[in-house]
Parts: sequence; structure tokens; C-alpha cells
Amino acid sequence: MNSFKFLAVPDVPAAVQLSDDQPLAAFIAGGTNLLDLWKYNLAHPTALIDISQLAALSELRELENGGFRLGAAVKNAETAYHPIIESRYPLLSKAILAGASAQIRNMASNGGNLLQRTRCYYFYDHQVPCNKRVPGSGCPAREGYNRMHAILGASEACIAVFPSDMCVALAALEARVNVSGVDGERSLAFADFHRLPGERPELDNNLKPGELITSIDLPEKGFPLNYSYLKLRDRHSYAFALVSVATALEMDGNTIKEARIALGGVAHKPWRSLEAEEFLREKTACRETFAAAADIILKGAVGLEYNHFKIKLAKNAIIRNGMMALDPDTQLPGAQPSM
Amino acid sequence: METYPPHPHPQEMETHLVTLKINGEHHSINIRPWVSLLDCLRDHLDLTGTKKGCDHGQCGACTVICDGKRILSCLSLAVMKDGAEITTVEGIATENGLHPLQQAFIDHDAFQCGYCTPGQLCSALGLLSEGRASSREEVKELMSGNLCRCGANVGIIDAIMQVKDGGSDE
Amino acid sequence: MNTDKNVGRPISRLEGREKVTGAARYAAEYPLEGLLHGYVVSSPITKGKIVEIDTTEAMAIPGVVDILSHLNRPKLAWFDLQYTDMDAPPGTVFKPLYDENILYNGQPVALVVARDFETARYASTRIVFRYQQEPHQTCLEKHLDKARAPKKGLATALKPPPPPPTGDFENAFENAAVKVSATYHHGTEHHNPIELFATTTLFEGDGKLTIYDKTQGTINNQLFIANVFGLHYKDVRVLAPFVGGAFGSGLRPQYQLFLCVMAALHLKSNVRVVLDRKQMFSFSHRPPAIQQMRFATDINGRLTALGHSTFAETSNFEDYTEPTSNWSHKLYPAPNTLFEHQVVPLDVYTPMDMRAPGGSTALHAIECTIDELAYQLKIDPLELRLLNYSDADPSAGKPYTSKALRECYLEAAAKFGWDKRSAEPRSMQRGNKLVGYGMATGIWDAFQFPSRVQIMINSEGKMVVDNATTDIGTGTLTVMTQIAADELGLEMADVEFRYGDSKKPFSMFQGGSAITSSTGVAIVVAARSLRKKLLKKAAEMNDSPFRKAKEEEVVFSSGHIHLKNDPAIKISLKDIVAFNKGAAIKTTKMGRPHMLKLRKYSLATHSASFVEVEVDRDLGTITLTRAVTAVAAGKIINPKTAKSQILGSMVWGISKALHEESIMDPQLGKYINANLGEYHIPVHADIGELEVIFADEKDSLINELGTKGVGEIGLVGMPAAISNAIYHATGKRIYKLPIHFDELI
Repeated sequence: MNSFKFLAVPDVPAAVQLSDDQPLAAFIAGGTNLLDLWKYNLAHPTALIDISQLAALSELRELENGGFRLGAAVKNAETAYHPIIESRYPLLSKAILAGASAQIRNMASNGGNLLQRTRCYYFYDHQVPCNKRVPGSGCPAREGYNRMHAILGASEACIAVFPSDMCVALAALEARVNVSGVDGERSLAFADFHRLPGERPELDNNLKPGELITSIDLPEKGFPLNYSYLKLRDRHSYAFALVSVATALEMDGNTIKEARIALGGVAHKPWRSLEAEEFLREKTACRETFAAAADIILKGAVGLEYNHFKIKLAKNAIIRNGMMALDPDTQLPGAQPSM
Repeated sequence: METYPPHPHPQEMETHLVTLKINGEHHSINIRPWVSLLDCLRDHLDLTGTKKGCDHGQCGACTVICDGKRILSCLSLAVMKDGAEITTVEGIATENGLHPLQQAFIDHDAFQCGYCTPGQLCSALGLLSEGRASSREEVKELMSGNLCRCGANVGIIDAIMQVKDGGSDE
Repeated sequence: MNTDKNVGRPISRLEGREKVTGAARYAAEYPLEGLLHGYVVSSPITKGKIVEIDTTEAMAIPGVVDILSHLNRPKLAWFDLQYTDMDAPPGTVFKPLYDENILYNGQPVALVVARDFETARYASTRIVFRYQQEPHQTCLEKHLDKARAPKKGLATALKPPPPPPTGDFENAFENAAVKVSATYHHGTEHHNPIELFATTTLFEGDGKLTIYDKTQGTINNQLFIANVFGLHYKDVRVLAPFVGGAFGSGLRPQYQLFLCVMAALHLKSNVRVVLDRKQMFSFSHRPPAIQQMRFATDINGRLTALGHSTFAETSNFEDYTEPTSNWSHKLYPAPNTLFEHQVVPLDVYTPMDMRAPGGSTALHAIECTIDELAYQLKIDPLELRLLNYSDADPSAGKPYTSKALRECYLEAAAKFGWDKRSAEPRSMQRGNKLVGYGMATGIWDAFQFPSRVQIMINSEGKMVVDNATTDIGTGTLTVMTQIAADELGLEMADVEFRYGDSKKPFSMFQGGSAITSSTGVAIVVAARSLRKKLLKKAAEMNDSPFRKAKEEEVVFSSGHIHLKNDPAIKISLKDIVAFNKGAAIKTTKMGRPHMLKLRKYSLATHSASFVEVEVDRDLGTITLTRAVTAVAAGKIINPKTAKSQILGSMVWGISKALHEESIMDPQLGKYINANLGEYHIPVHADIGELEVIFADEKDSLINELGTKGVGEIGLVGMPAAISNAIYHATGKRIYKLPIHFDELI
């Protein structure tokens, strides 16, 4: 609700320089989460640096290595409906379209999607304690209504979950995140971008102060034949996931050559198990196989008073989504369960 | 309680000259950056057809068409829309009368209190121009960003399906 | 007189064009000169005291005009009575900014007034409050020990306590052949109309105010403001031409009205106050309830015992009750009954009527319990209801003025295809989806309030009808215009219904599905009088062919009075007014329910809902694929708008069954999902195929129109029908609402 300066910049170097000069400023592209947080008195930027029009952040293009680049300021909808995304990375398209609403997808940027804050009720109320908002103030969610909260990778300090759908697919596809700061550019593996809460729940990701996401690179391999995104939530649309699953398979007949499975709605970051994916290699694709993989993925899952159901739900969802990935044509609008 | 970082006092906030083409008409206004497009329309330009239902992107009542795309005006800053072309519910009707979608909403009783209606209409126009929905299920999915508390859902979807299948060129 | 030329026709809403073009203005949409913007500051604590308020920094922000709190508010009416309103339950009305005491979380503690909205909102964050907290109690389940009988008061008239016990319930239940005992839990719900509560006050000087308010009762709020601020009621005008949904939340004046008027008077300025969505959870709501059900039948399925005990939340300052335990015996005869209703006072705001208050909560428990009995008895659930069907009201021992529930059951069952249901749970499937059929009964009151209308024929021969009622989206404008047009034999285009204005003749607030019968009947009564006047005046005209005509010998049609046996002989209403020297011919009459006659009867609307759900076998996801609701509500004035009322309330039934709940965190004492992202109401994708049937129910007793009201009845049966369908699909009986899909895996 606070006042702020509005700053236009000509290019990325100017943006990151400004951000370095004004550590309490924030970048704004789509604004769908930042302005929401600002109006709830949860974000207090002293200045907004408008990166929405920067040309360097606005490209969707093929890369020389066979991959594909998603500009950070490109809108989610434009990304999801891009012919190359639809044909070569349909899992990503599906996941994006399972999130938010058509209007929000027309506004929200790809970079911003990675930076969404948790939807934890207690985080979202500036009048109550929250270790993510005010480190050390406590966590009412642990003893409170924790239906939406984490079953994997949580800490004493924080049981929040990361709400994105798009990022679940990006994790499964092993995208890379390109960032720019005053010290130069670097690239992070998707798995290294978001972090688990540990003792520093105030940090959602491994961006350094002042760094700007410039683009997200998809590798060449997009699993266009066998994929599925399944999202389970309290409404059929326009609700955050309680559990979501992104499954991408490379098949040889009925044998799995390579598998990727990422879960959303269960942890502080999209959740993957390399052990489970390794387990699936050369296995016959069937319910039993996916069930065994689910057990590996959910190893160590801990339920709380109101979210215990997520463990069984996630297992069943992994199985179903595996089966749906074998026949992607069965998918319904909004990532609802079919078959 | 939390302590907030320093912030510029409102008097230090400079105004920005923003030009918007709304429903075909040019408007130039001096506006402070913290004004949402929604409040700009309603409070500064007296275009109150666009509704505020939640102010947080959760109900869709504030939907407008911006540069051909349906967006939420509550989560947009007016200052970031400089030069944009915006259509609000006030600009949907043509000189010849109501847009077919508006007439279909009346014919199908697609509203009761009428408060979500401008957002439903603008969203439906966006949906029709996107061309991504063919089945009724897809229309429902892609209209799900617009809540209707009166429960006029059936009429709303009927109205959109009629216009969609009626080959309206919108 | 009614010629039914317009009544009974599916006429599109007359205000449709305004609503689809954005021309309709709601309470926050009046751009007044020098308008000041008020932003409410809400208490972050649940119980305790405000110890200190420091406004220094906030007041220094340029653009801030004033900050009102209990420390500096203007003097107000002292006695509680003056704060009361037509819908106030027994107790002490909440008085905003009255003193330092905090009674509930989210209570308004200050109003920031600034020259623009953004500054007011910002300044609200720069006020320093210091509170002294006290322990609070906000959890119904945890504080059942506080349950007690509710106080009685004026509001009890519309909400009678449950009837006294009959027979020997305990003994009969104990020894019954077939019985079900179950406890049902319902959460808190908030009305959440999409329009935010808002008031814009035009300060006219001379003690005069024009107030654009979001309300269901213009006169209710006019009197409230006059009383509280010591103004003459004639100097206060409340206007609500468009209301963006209310569903009960506008039955009482809400605090933004009070704060807005207080600021306008204090600052002698035009002021607007709009609540934000979070603050929409800071006043009235449907109370959470725990219902203990004990129903029993003989081995043939005849009900022998009905026991229904309700424990419902109220506030610590008012005793809100809604009829819940009253309903089962209105539907089903049983020799042994025991009904109780107790309230549990907690540190929350007073609950309030929310669409089908009491009935929608009660019938869920009742009709699920009947369903459970049907499975035990191995009798089809529909058959069990028909077996226990009663034409009269067993609880009152009176006949109904009309009751076409049997027709509802049969017509809806046929349309739905109930005969295709296989009896066993989990016996119907489509792929991975378990398919379930469920049905339930609905019953709701048929209220009529006193209402006064003025009607006149003006010099153009057109009819103008005035009444203070609102049209909250119900179709009231259209329906009243239809009724009025037929009464005087006019085209609808020649009738203007003026409403939503406290200056118009008296109407109660628009609630209880009552306005069609209330204002509609008043129009009929007034029209009767006006026809007499017009005929009398026509008879006075030179060479009038109507000189000797009696009322029953003429007909009003096409803007004329005609002789019945020679319709060519006629005189236009316009000419009659011209003969009256151009002065409009008018009358004002009160319509009232026929209390004496109706005392011998029970009054109710009925419905039957049939629902199909699909439940994913592994994931639990619930899809409501289709539903049919048949309604018996007397005469339907406008099948189009009435159908929308039923469709809308069916959606409410879906929402209550599967989606909405305000989640109270008992540690914090507050609702933690106070936004539309986490307080789920259905989106378009949640709504399956919905069908509405109106049973042909002729009621010549209930009132002059034969109407009973359709605003709520469509909701009442739906939650139980959905729950029963889920049971049929899965074999799982979930004794709470909303049902979450994960409870089914």
C-alpha cells in the first residue's frame, strides 16, 4: 500500500544497475503477484523498475543447441500458445494453462512465475507471525490449518509450498534459468533455482540481491509424445494445486526409456526424485511401475494434521498421471483427471 | 510487528503523464504510479462500468481488453499502460446497438445483480478473439477467471456458446 | 382483474441494457464534488482493548483529512435501542468506534479519510495502535459447554423456536426397529457478493443527506441513520437502485454506512467508504452449526421418531438464531419428536441470514439422515419420502395452503431418469469415475410482509408505481412491472416501477423470498382501488357510457376501460386524466398478509433436487455432472427470472456442498482465508448441466397473486442431494460440509 517511485529503464544493464543502487526497489513485469502482495501490505518496494518492455527479455526463440528460450518478460499465455511450445514442449503448455486464469496468464510474465510467493494463509496475513515474512516470528501454520502445506522438504521454521504450475513442468524438463546482475550473467539449473526453507524460509530461491531473471532455456528434449500434467485442487479451475504432477516419458513400445516426474503443491519447490526416475528406466509402463516410483518419490513424506491426505493423493496422482502420459490425447481442459 | 523499509512519502511521488486510448477516445491524465488501471478508470475517468470485486485478481470483475487481450485492471498500474488501447464494457456496443454478446446475455438472463457482468462480457470477448475454445467444457474452463456469485453460470455459458456458434465476427 | 397478459411470460430483465453496457451505477460509483475517500482500519486482535492510537505520522501524510476513532468520534446516540434495525436479533447492537473494547477480529477501529483512495489506504498502515489482548473463544466445537437457549425478541417472530416435543421420543428411538443417529458439522460461510460493501454520502447541508448504499432495505437503513445521528428521517434519503448481490448481507445496516455518514457529517463533505474483500469477512455470516440427528422408522419405513438438536454459533452481544430443528416435522409425520436449538456465544461478529438461512443447513442433515434410513431399509430414497408424504404440516397440525411436492418429486425424477439408478453404492461406473445418483427434498417459508405502494396514471395515460424495495438481482423491477401492467391492462412499456429509494412508500428489506408476494400484492390491492377511482372519474365525464357501469361490467385493456359486453365502447385512461384537468389519478395502499385467514394454514414452498456426480475412484475428485430441481412455489410471475433464481440457488447448493467455508483459526481467532482466491465459490468449470422445473401449484389461499417466492427454495435440497449422490457413488457418508475431494480417497 506504500508509495513508490516508478522507474523506466532502457535495457537490462541499466535495470540491474538501478536495482543495485536501490536495494529496496523491485522489478515489475506482469505485476500479478507483486501488486497483490503490495496491496496486502506484504511487499513494500520503494521503487518499481519497469522491465516489462525490455527487448532482451521479450523473445521466444530457438537456440543453437536445439533448445528454446523463454524471455523473462514474455507473458505466460503467449508462451503456452506458442507453436513450438505446443508441439515440442506440450507438457509446459499444459502446465501453464492449468494455472491461474486466462486473464492472469495474459499478464503474468515467465520470470515472475518463478518468483511467486507462497499462498500460505499465514504468510498472506501481515497481522500474524510468519517466519517467511518476519524471520524468527514463528509459524502458526504448523499448528494451524495446514491443508495446503508441505509434506516434503519442510523445516521446523516453514511448511509453505511453492504455488506455480509452470515451474513444475520446467523442473521436469530440466530448464535453466539465466540471470543478470551487476557482477555479470550466470545460469542456474532449474533444480538449483528454488530452495527448501531450512532455517532461512525468507529466501524462496537462490537469486542474489539485485539479480534479474532474463530468460529460461529449455533443453532440446521436450518429451512431445508422452506427457501429462495433472492438477488436483478444490475447484475444477482457478485454484492452487493441493497436489500436481508433471510426467514426461520417453517410450520404446511399452518400455520406459527415460522418465521425468515433478510434483507441485507438496514442497517449497517443485519436487523431483532422481532415484525414482532412474528406477523407471527400462521398466514396463503400468500402474504397478508408477506405484513403485511413487513410493520412492514420497519417501520421507510427512503429513500434518490437515494435509496427511496429500501423501496418498500424491501417490495416486503419480500413478494416474503416468497412465495419462501414455495417452496424452485423453487430457481434459484444465488438467483435470481423465480416463 | 513488522518494520517496513523506508519509502518515498506520497508527496515525493511524481505524477506521470499517461495517455490511454479508451473505447476509441484518447485520454491524457497525470497520475501517480500507485494508481491501478481499475481505479484510474473508475475514479479518474468516471468509467465505472469496470467493477472492483476483490482488487486482488481473484474475481475477474475488473476484466478489460488491453491491446486486444483480456487482462485484470486491478493488478495493472495505469502508468504501465501508457499508449495502450483499452476497451471497457462501455465501449462494447456499436453505433448500431448492442454487441451480439450483450444481447445474448440479456436473452439468456446471463446475469442477476449485474455486478460481475462487465467482467464476464470483456472476458468472453477476449475468449472469442483468442479462438482457443471450441467445446462447452473449454469455454467453461477459459471463463473460470470470472466469478458469478448470483450463480448465473449456465446463462453466461449459454450466451457465449450462442455467439461463438453463431459465427459472430468478434 | 389480472389479465395475465404479461404475468407468466418469460420477460427479459428490464434493466438488462444498463447492466450489459456498464451504465448501471452501484453504491460506490457516484462521482460527487470534492469526494473524500474513507478507508477502514480493522482490528488485528480478537478480544481485548485498544490502549493507544497514535495518528501523528498518518495525519502528516499530505492528502489525509482526518482519522476517526473512538477517541475523537463525534457524539452519538447513547442508547442501544437507537442503533437497532429491523433485522436485529435480541441483544446489544454492535456500535462501530463506540469505545476501546474489541469484540471480534476485524472489528473496525478507525476510519482514515483522505482526498484519494490510495492515500487513505496507505495512511491506514501508518497509524500505530497498541492493544491489550485477552483470551478469546472462537471455536464452536471447543465451546459447546457454553450452549444455552437463545434469548427471544422481535426477530423471533419470523424465526420461531422449534415446536415442543411430542410423544415419548427417547423411548421410541431407543426401541425403534430401524434408526440412524448422526452428527453433522457445518462451517462458517460469508455472503461475499461480488460488489464490495460501499456507501457514498452526499452532504447536502441543512442536515440533509442523500446516501447511495449497498443494502437490501432502503428504509431500514434510513431509519437507522436518522436514529443514530439524531436526524429527522425525512432528511435522510437512502438510494440503492442497483445492488451488486447481497444474499442476506444487506439485511442490516453494515458498518461502512455508519462510518461514511459519520465522516460526512463530521467533515461536512461528500464521503465514500468502500470495504475491501478481506473486510467483507468482518461482519455477518452464516453461523457454523453442529446438528445431532436421531431419526427412526418402523420396519416398513414409516417414521416413528424425529430428533434434531442444533448447536449454532452466535456472538457475545446478540443472539442470532435461524430455524434448523424446525423443519423435519413440517415434511414428515412422526408420533415422537424432540427438537432443540441452542446457541453458543463466541468472540465473533453476530451471524446473519444468508440465502436460505437455517433451511439449507438443516435440510442437509435431515435429508442425508433420511437417505441413510433408506439404505438401511433397502427402500429407494424417493419411495421412502413418498411413503412418509404428508399433505398437511404435521408439526403444526394444519393443512398447507398448497403443497405440490409430490409433483416435484415425480416430475424431477422422470426428467432426471431416477429409474436408471442401481440401488447399491459403488455400483455405477464410467471408466475411472464412480457415478452416483442422489436426491433430496427442500422446504422453505412463504413469507409476505406488509408493503405500501403508490400507483398513478399520469397525463400521458402511463402508469407509475412507487415502492421502496430494492432489486438485488432478483428481477423485482421486471416482475413488478409485469404485475402492474396486467392489473391496469397496460403494455409493460407504459408502466414505470420506481424503487430502491427510501422516499418511496414503505417496503420491508428484501429478504426471505418475500418481495414478490409483499410488493406484488400491494400493487394488486392498490390497483383495485385505482381502477375504482378511474371508473368513477370516467363515469363523471360528459355523456359517459360508463355512467352506470359497475366494476364487474368493465375491463381494463390496452390503456382503456371497455364495457365487457360491448368492448367497442371504451375510454382511454389518458382521456380520463385529461378530464381530471391533467392531474394524475393516484392512490396509495398497503398490502398485508391475511393473517386471520392464514392462521389456519401452514405456508411453505417445496422442492426436490436430483443430482448426478462422478467421483474419481483413485483421486476423489468430484464432478457434478447434472442436476434437476423441481420447485413448487405457487404462481410463477416470470419463468425466466424465476428460473434464474432457482439456477442461482442450485449453484449455491453446489458451493455449500463442495466449496465454500470460512476457515476459523481458533488460535488466532480469525478467518484465515478471507479472500476470493482461498474462499472458494464455484467457477464456471464446476457447474454441470442444471435444469429447473416449476410444478403447477395453484394457491388461491396464500395471497391475491398466489405467489410464494423463489429466492431461496432452489438451494435448500441441493447440498443433501449432492451428499447423497456422493454416498451412492462411493459408499462414503461425509457428515460435514463442504465435502473435500480428498475425503473420498
